[in-house]
Amino acid sequence: MEIAKIMQRAYEVMFIVRPDLTEEEVDKLLATLQGHATSAGAAIQNVEKMGKRRLAYDVKKFQDGFYVLFTLNADGKAIHELERRLRVAEPVIKFITVRTDEEQQRLEKVRKLRAARTKRPPAEAPAAVAESESPAVGA
Amino acid sequence: MQRPQGGRPERGDRPDRGPGGPGGGREGGRKFFRRKKVCKFCVEKIDDINYKDVRLLQQFVAERGKIVPRRLTGVCTPHQRRLTAAIKRARNIALLPFAAR
Repeated sequence: MEIAKIMQRAYEVMFIVRPDLTEEEVDKLLATLQGHATSAGAAIQNVEKMGKRRLAYDVKKFQDGFYVLFTLNADGKAIHELERRLRVAEPVIKFITVRTDEEQQRLEKVRKLRAARTKRPPAEAPAAVAESESPAVGA
Repeated sequence: MQRPQGGRPERGDRPDRGPGGPGGGREGGRKFFRRKKVCKFCVEKIDDINYKDVRLLQQFVAERGKIVPRRLTGVCTPHQRRLTAAIKRARNIALLPFAAR
């Protein structure tokens, strides 16, 4: 990661839009949100509409919700701004922001370890698994 | 996680606990049939315990929405830690219930 520049980190923002909007209204809302996000300095990688889902519990008296997932690179300020927008946006009933870059790094490390291990003979593999996996996971 | 050496005997070394877990049936009286429990995430090599994967998380949530303890599921400590975090995130965004019914 580049420390010299502003810290760009990978985030996921998942939010729930109220279910009584039409498809066009949802698209319009997403477009405006994306506009706000990019102008705040976030680089949106992907927008996934996960579709309508039953909520596990009632949120603002709604039982269903339209789930949307933003994947983006941004710094803390941009995320803060986006969260503020989401809070203010009346059709958005719930949202969560998750930072993903550290988890991705960890996964890469694990995968690399595993790839390196499969090349060695399988006889010594079980011992190596027990020794090397716990520090990698605990880090 | 599996221990590197000194494989545990089939009966286990903690006789005070019930069998529990899938496939662990009680055979009356003092005898316990204990299936050796292994961590699902280690065995199936699932690295990424993601809060979006409701199907996966649901297997580790009891009927009322509680997180099932390690002692019942056999999940290893590092994975249980990640699992717990994922379940809590999923609850936060209404993918899983805090308390069912």
